[in-house]
Amino acid sequence: MRYPDVVVVGSGVIGAACAEALSAAGAGVTVLDRGPLGAGTSAAGEGNVLVSDKGPGPELDLALASLRRWPALLDELGVDVEWDAKGGLVVATGDEAAKALLGFAADQRPEGVDARVVTPDEAHEREPHLTPAVVAAVHYPQDAQLQPVLVTKALLAAVRRRGGTLRPGVRATGLRRRDDRVVAVRTAGGDVPCGIVVNACGPWSGEVSAAFGAPITVLPRRGVILVTAALPPTVRHKVYDADYVGAVASGDADLQISTVVESTAGGTVLIGSSRQRVGFDDSIRVEVLRALARRAVGLFPVLADVPVVRAYGGFRPYAPDHLPVVGADPRCAGLWHATGHEGAGIGLAAATGRLLTELVTGAEPHLDPTPFRVDRPGVLG
Amino acid sequence: MRITVDGEPHDVPPGRTIAGVLIAAGRSSWRTTRNGDRPRGVFCGIGVCFDCLVVVNGVPDVRACLRYPADGDVVRTQHGAELPT
Amino acid sequence: MRVVVVGGGPAGLAAADAAVRAGAEVVLVDSEPWPGGQYHRGTPQRVDSRVRHLASSTVWAVEGLRLHVRRGPADSPHRTPHVLDADAVVLATGAHDRVVPFPGWDLPGVYTAGAAQALAKGQGVAVGTRVVVSGTGPFLLPVAESLVRVGTQVLEVLEANAFSTWARYPHTLANVGKLGELARYAGVLGRHRIPVRTRAAVVAAHGDDRVTAVTVARLRPDWSVVDGTRRRVAVDAVCVGHGFTPRLELAVGLGCRLVDGFVAVDATGATSVPGVYAAGEVTGIGGADLAAAEGAVAGSAAARAPEPPIAAMRAVRRGRRFAMALVAAHPVGGGRHGWLLADTVVCRCEEVTAHDLDVALDRGAADVRTLKLASRAGLGLCQGRVCGREVADLAAARLGHPLPDADAFHRRPLATPLRLGELADTPLLPEEDL
Ligand SMILES: Cc1cc2nc3c(=O)[nH]c(=O)nc-3n(C[C@H](O)[C@H](O)[C@H](O)COP(=O)(O)OP(=O)(O)OC[C@H]3O[C@@H](n4cnc5c(N)ncnc54)[C@H](O)[C@@H]3O)c2cc1C
Ligand SMILES: Cc1cc2nc3c(=O)[nH]c(=O)nc-3n(C[C@H](O)[C@H](O)[C@H](O)COP(=O)(O)OP(=O)(O)OC[C@H]3O[C@@H](n4cnc5c(N)ncnc54)[C@H](O)[C@@H]3O)c2cc1C
Ligand code: FES
Repeated sequence: MRYPDVVVVGSGVIGAACAEALSAAGAGVTVLDRGPLGAGTSAAGEGNVLVSDKGPGPELDLALASLRRWPALLDELGVDVEWDAKGGLVVATGDEAAKALLGFAADQRPEGVDARVVTPDEAHEREPHLTPAVVAAVHYPQDAQLQPVLVTKALLAAVRRRGGTLRPGVRATGLRRRDDRVVAVRTAGGDVPCGIVVNACGPWSGEVSAAFGAPITVLPRRGVILVTAALPPTVRHKVYDADYVGAVASGDADLQISTVVESTAGGTVLIGSSRQRVGFDDSIRVEVLRALARRAVGLFPVLADVPVVRAYGGFRPYAPDHLPVVGADPRCAGLWHATGHEGAGIGLAAATGRLLTELVTGAEPHLDPTPFRVDRPGVLG
Repeated sequence: MRITVDGEPHDVPPGRTIAGVLIAAGRSSWRTTRNGDRPRGVFCGIGVCFDCLVVVNGVPDVRACLRYPADGDVVRTQHGAELPT
Repeated sequence: MRVVVVGGGPAGLAAADAAVRAGAEVVLVDSEPWPGGQYHRGTPQRVDSRVRHLASSTVWAVEGLRLHVRRGPADSPHRTPHVLDADAVVLATGAHDRVVPFPGWDLPGVYTAGAAQALAKGQGVAVGTRVVVSGTGPFLLPVAESLVRVGTQVLEVLEANAFSTWARYPHTLANVGKLGELARYAGVLGRHRIPVRTRAAVVAAHGDDRVTAVTVARLRPDWSVVDGTRRRVAVDAVCVGHGFTPRLELAVGLGCRLVDGFVAVDATGATSVPGVYAAGEVTGIGGADLAAAEGAVAGSAAARAPEPPIAAMRAVRRGRRFAMALVAAHPVGGGRHGWLLADTVVCRCEEVTAHDLDVALDRGAADVRTLKLASRAGLGLCQGRVCGREVADLAAARLGHPLPDADAFHRRPLATPLRLGELADTPLLPEEDL
């Protein structure tokens, strides 16, 4: 079957996953990015592929679908992207947090999340350096991680292998339409003809959709991560403090920290991450670094004397209702959006690419697309 | 002033870093790398390269070229990546 | 009016002096226990008593004109925090040696020229007994001279370019003071019968657990090795320096514009960021005299001195012409990439080899970010300070075009590592007494 030519605007993990799935379905795909390939938000975060942090609802469904898809997709790509199904351990140090955590886990279980309550002793067996202050813990064996930059590159490489075109350094500036149908993407270097456009510009999706004449609301939320010096194996799982449960869904502009401590393949420990609405301001804030450091030392006291060598971060793209936006734009035939994945875009990419492709090609979607539709309150501008 | 390095006592003249003490004592390396287990000592001499790491009083990742020791410091060789004790 | 000067080398000292004379309240923050920076090691400098000198103090982060400092023994978890608010900041953080990789450069006994110099001048310690000095630039001569002073037998000094190229730059010759200094060093080398060879370099170091010999070769003007000229020289240390790399992290953290890899400044030392000045080798490599003159200019501008320091400004103009000629006369040749073997370590921290970089490039890495993550080059403790420039150059040479984000290596919001516990207890606001 022949589909019209597709231009994917944005080469982050979401654009790359969409381009990969579309090209696998037989579409001719061109990927544009105003910068280097995959160097936006997708290169500025961690690579957690999580179910532990999601309560029952559409995002959890998407996460579970993605979790099922990742291993097969990575097999098809055939590149080592540091996939590690190491599992997560969520710990609570106060009675209130413990109660919330156990309740949250109980709600997740019927949805297909493997959430196993473990005793503090068992938690220490799993994580010997964990603070003795732990009163409750839940082990999530499904939680995994991968290296976002490597996976984005691998997805894009597959697109190129199938004859697709990758064009870094090309900024989309508008759309050319005929009879309310997309016929080309305008760029500084001339028009790129196509029948379908996918807006996958992450935190810049709002501004790009406006330039396309079909504005949607997607906003940036700053996040910062600390990196320690390489250590001998010290942290085995992804370890979160149970406050994570509260922070994700909140729209509060004030600084929030949901602590995740984990080791990377290179031996460094990543300490993430903060959430703060400061627009696109990327200047360093010592207050944020301090808050991250406090939480990490709280979870793993041994880290107090370990050097921190780097701080980095980016802007999570979020819609006002904190759900991804995946679907057709009702105002302009041929325009699609795949964005708004906030703090979970890496993990959600596999299922997002698949879902978008099903919708574009008219195939039966593998999960209910309605919650992610573009014409929902707050998203349509 | 006196310190011990890998159990051996060393006198420290004023104004000398740990690296200065070790080089003057004829050593050119006192650390091994994390991956290749290769020996390293001073390279840049001014705190930029992080080649000259030692463990001082149980704290690893101390740049010997920058650190002026205090009397009684216990210094030892660093093997790859180490945790503080 | 409070001026905070970061860096206590020739530039920072002159800036602090000029600012305090202009009536400002001045704080001088320097990592070293004694003022003087790289140039004055071993001969501590006087700091005006009106200047508050925070010695052994490192600025680890900047939030606009708020500086976060840790004071105490290097890398100790028990240093004291200080937070300083400034009306103007003068960045005088200097530079470090640039060394291009060659087989064996990661062996113990291979030192940067600056390291040998700092140990000899500052501590009277010799890095070896039989030493070859190799690299490019006039700095090699004082290094050799210092080694001689501490009793080292300097076997030869190798300059990869040719001093004759200086003749093409009349401003160099006009700078009599500088030439006089170099002539003095050359005299010392002559008296000790130390050959100074041009168009030659150490292109490999050998040894098992430490360097025992080096390969010296003649070079073409592009630094490729002339066939049949390799010879082995037995040594117990080798000192290499191929120019300098500015210490840019604070300038980049503040958002200062860079030009050609240095902080861009106007005639008053002002950077592109209001209230932020820069002086010395962060703005260009030109030696201690130029650094001091730049410091005097930037210090008085930062303190809004009523009278511009005319003499210092003139010295800066003259010195900059000399500096530009130096840079032109001592380029780093592209043929150096041919010195590398597949298993030559390029990133010392993560032990990434030339072959590892090639693999990452073959897999499609075409920008710094991807290259770092795909190869691990630049991800170690030094955060690419040593290898960043070389990795970017090497990748550009292999790919045939410069990397789009080549200066991504400069971004280090934490200007220097600190312990997580230090970060956890850092104060956010300045204390009252400062
Ligand atoms: C600190 C932090 C930690 C995180 N941790 C995790 C985690 O552990 N797990 C997880 O799943 N997610 C995590 N995330 C979230 C995740 O990084 C994002 O959800 C995801 O990267 C979004 O991908 P994207 O492709 O939508 O956006 P991006 O990666 O930002 O891609 C958008 C691209 O669009 C391009 N673009 C913009 N404008 C134009 C234009 N006009 N023309 C052409 N191109 C344009 C940009 O250059 C960019 O490359 C984290 C995020 C942050 C900030
Ligand atoms: C190792 C070395 C040795 C050298 N020896 C000589 C020599 O003997 N003769 C010669 O002519 N030239 C020498 N040079 C060249 C020398 O750099 C210049 O000629 C001159 O010292 C430059 O002056 P400056 O003030 O710009 O910087 P520097 O003298 O380098 O002074 C910069 C100062 O800033 C401090 N600093 C940097 N970052 C921070 C921070 N974040 N917080 C606090 N303090 C900070 C450094 O510790 C240093 O004390 C040497 C260079 C190096 C790298
Ligand atoms: S020798 Fe480079 S940091 Fe000490």
